[in-house]
Amino acid sequence: MTDATLVLDGVHTHIGPYHILHGVSFAVPKGELTMLLGRNGAGKSTTLRTIMGLWQASAGKILFEGREITRQETPDISRSGIAYVPESMGIFAGLTVQENLVLAARSGAIDKNRLDWILSLFPALKRFWSLPAGNLSGGQKQMLAISRAIIEPRSLLLIDEPTKGLAPVMIRSMIEAFKALKEAGETILLVEQNFHAASVLGDSVVVIDDGKVVHRGAMAELVTDRTLQQNLLGLSLDAHQ
Amino acid sequence: MTDATLSSLPVSSLPRQGGLLRTILSADPPRSKALSLLLLVVLLALVATPFALPGSQPLGTAAKICIFILLAASYDLLLGYTGIVSFAHTMFFGIGGYGIAIALNKLGATWSSVFIGLVAALALSAALAFIIGLVSLRVRAIFFSMITLAVASAVLVLASQMSGITGGEDGMSFQLPPELRPAFKLGTFLDTAINGRLLAYYLVFFVALGMFLLLLRIVNSPFGRVLQAIRENEFRAEALGYRVVSYRIAASVISALAATVAGALLALWLRYNGPDTTLSFAIMIDVLLMVVIGGMGTMYGAVIGAALFVLAQSYLQVLMGSISESLAAVPLLASLTHPDRWLLWLGILFVASVYAFPGGIVGRLRKTS
Amino acid sequence: MTSQTTDNALPDLPRTPRDLVPLLLVPALIVLSAPLFGNLSSWVTLTVAGLAMGMMIFLMASGMTLVFGLMDVINFGHGVFISLGAYATLIVLGPLAGWAKADSVWLNLGLLGLCILVAMLTTGVIGALFERIIVRPVYGSHLKQILVTVGGLIVAEQMIHAIWGASPITIALPETLRGAFVFGDAAIERYRVFAIGVGLSVFAVMYLVLNRTRIGLLIRAGVENPEMVESLGYRIRRLFVGVFVAGSALAGLGGVMWAFYRQTLTAGMGMEVMVLVFIVIIVGGLGSIGGCFVGSLLVALVANYVGFLAPKLALVSNILVMALVLVWRPQGLFPVTRQ
Repeated sequence: MTDATLVLDGVHTHIGPYHILHGVSFAVPKGELTMLLGRNGAGKSTTLRTIMGLWQASAGKILFEGREITRQETPDISRSGIAYVPESMGIFAGLTVQENLVLAARSGAIDKNRLDWILSLFPALKRFWSLPAGNLSGGQKQMLAISRAIIEPRSLLLIDEPTKGLAPVMIRSMIEAFKALKEAGETILLVEQNFHAASVLGDSVVVIDDGKVVHRGAMAELVTDRTLQQNLLGLSLDAHQ
Repeated sequence: MTDATLSSLPVSSLPRQGGLLRTILSADPPRSKALSLLLLVVLLALVATPFALPGSQPLGTAAKICIFILLAASYDLLLGYTGIVSFAHTMFFGIGGYGIAIALNKLGATWSSVFIGLVAALALSAALAFIIGLVSLRVRAIFFSMITLAVASAVLVLASQMSGITGGEDGMSFQLPPELRPAFKLGTFLDTAINGRLLAYYLVFFVALGMFLLLLRIVNSPFGRVLQAIRENEFRAEALGYRVVSYRIAASVISALAATVAGALLALWLRYNGPDTTLSFAIMIDVLLMVVIGGMGTMYGAVIGAALFVLAQSYLQVLMGSISESLAAVPLLASLTHPDRWLLWLGILFVASVYAFPGGIVGRLRKTS
Repeated sequence: MTSQTTDNALPDLPRTPRDLVPLLLVPALIVLSAPLFGNLSSWVTLTVAGLAMGMMIFLMASGMTLVFGLMDVINFGHGVFISLGAYATLIVLGPLAGWAKADSVWLNLGLLGLCILVAMLTTGVIGALFERIIVRPVYGSHLKQILVTVGGLIVAEQMIHAIWGASPITIALPETLRGAFVFGDAAIERYRVFAIGVGLSVFAVMYLVLNRTRIGLLIRAGVENPEMVESLGYRIRRLFVGVFVAGSALAGLGGVMWAFYRQTLTAGMGMEVMVLVFIVIIVGGLGSIGGCFVGSLLVALVANYVGFLAPKLALVSNILVMALVLVWRPQGLFPVTRQ
């Protein structure tokens, strides 16, 4: 797995008295979009938080670009090149859209060309540029959260349920944006509940259940194999159109 | 409250066996030989002081220990068992004192005045504790700490200024009912005169003992266990269906009532009440020190803490005086060990207790045995 | 690509109106109270006195509310920095007694400036120690924070007693700051004008730092969502130590101003004024600087007005203001949303 950007190897996570992850292992190949699927409470968000160091792994190893980051602190992990969009989006509601982006650009200044590219992905942000981000709608907040993650080039994006609670029209534009990100060669680990979005976007897929990896493979394979879908996710593509 | 929800809380079942003592202690024994011995020493010393140590000073110290045990134990209900910090505990202590002082002063030195004063004080305390709890605990538990501090300081100023009612800064003295006066004599026993003063002491002793055992019963009741469940995990308790705010308000009211009784006892013992004896912020700090150093959430910690503290107040200063004199050549050390600086060392002990021995002395003793 | 063509699915949202009502409270209080006074001059005098007192309380309270907002740390020992700041003036006033007596505005102001500088340095350094020794081990537990910081308060007050003695110390205002400006019947004490000036300058600087600098941006973001700030690659701890030190230094500055106002130093003076600080922080909304500013002025003005109009009510007026605000807005005037 030399071309893997991120490798999890037997990761366990405890939150207080609860044992959430029971030895999770998978790899995120460079330049691909890896889907992380599973039912509610399966441990998807905990996996992302453990990678970011927001929960400490109690056992196992996390390698990022070949270096171990398991015991590092969140700011160091972030600075090594991982951007994170939490499920709650983590928008600073009292800061303007601009300020949210300025803060995410650690070098201090926003690159003009990159900003133009981002605003072409999410044009709505331009209109709310100097308004408090708290005024944005749910979908616009999600756009801002993703923009924040890509405002500077990063080696890996961890994104937690970007389509959650969005209207169908918003989900469609979100899918378009992710397609553009894939074209740009970004490496992404995406948690998703919406199987349609997942099936369109994913290159490979990891399914976890009860804190364990129960399936790893190509997304295309899962999309065509209805029985596997039924077994792993208890849902079918038709039901979630 | 259903059995199902109760069984999921940390319940240690009440005694099915065990003797009278176990029942009196609500099945919550000291659980350490050293601690049992210490408690026994405190109890016996308090019972025997009038006969063993002649003179008014030891008796005064013993009465003060009884009262502060009750005050500290009632504070422990809030701090140790409920996990919220109040800075208004001496306000309720003061209300009890003023209730007795004002009633006996204005209505005459009779038992019915004592009764009226106590009931009025209890009612006022309960109402205040309820309102403060309602306003602050509804929002955030830390509001409670700040608001109690603000209200208590306002009441302190109020009591010092409304001299027509409270006697102002000077406080007020009063006569006790005849049976409690030194002139009331019943005879002698073991060479000690049985007089009103002695009766007053045992009144203080038995009321404090009874109230302490009652508080011990409360923290070991289902109600007390819910309080501890809330302290351990507020959200879980809420999820189990307990109304966290109501339980906290109830605990704060009970604690206030017990403090009011303690204040009434102090006033009866001193035949005086004033801002400095019951209301001051310094006493609030003393009570905090007693509970934390003795051991939060143990009840027995209040006994050990209060006894040690009152003794230290009287005798540690003497010890420090002699150390300070021997260090006279080193100016800073001499001033740090000056008898007036004893609170400095208690403060350091206090901070150390919170970090290193969260269970205080009682926790320490229970661990070693 | 223009925005109009691509996102016509996104209608313009109704913009949430800026929350201006609490900002109007102070001017409204000042104007509406005027008819209650028989003569204009006492109204002017009391308003200036209230504003001056409010500015001093703001200095003392602002650091504490930020520390709370950023790290959810409640420092009951904050009052010690007020006392320490007040006592630190003695370091300057002793050797430079001549500057205080000199009839020169510049020497007098220079002396006060030096007092402020020394006090802020002292309280800043001790604040760093306090954070390291007292506060750091008890993150996450409010109960322990309250206990330990009260312990730190006891120890620090006793240290003040050990160093400077337990009896109150009187200090005098520099020559040219004594007395009052007189406009018609209204007398306005010079020192109060000075205090308003200092308070407004500090508020302006804080406002600029918070809104125009990257550090300010980080602080505002950190108050809302510290975890996200860490996820963006910033060390919230380092930021917090900085804010704690700055907050302690501001309390020290407030202590200097308060000391010259009272002209008497006691180790407990910080804790006494902390009661007002707590009320102000609750009224303003825990963690909000703007709320802290409005709350300070509101509480101080009401205290001054009520003290004149109905002296018997003065003692409970602050509690009443707090109760009214909490009935209106249970989280304070400017609730800080925290994720």
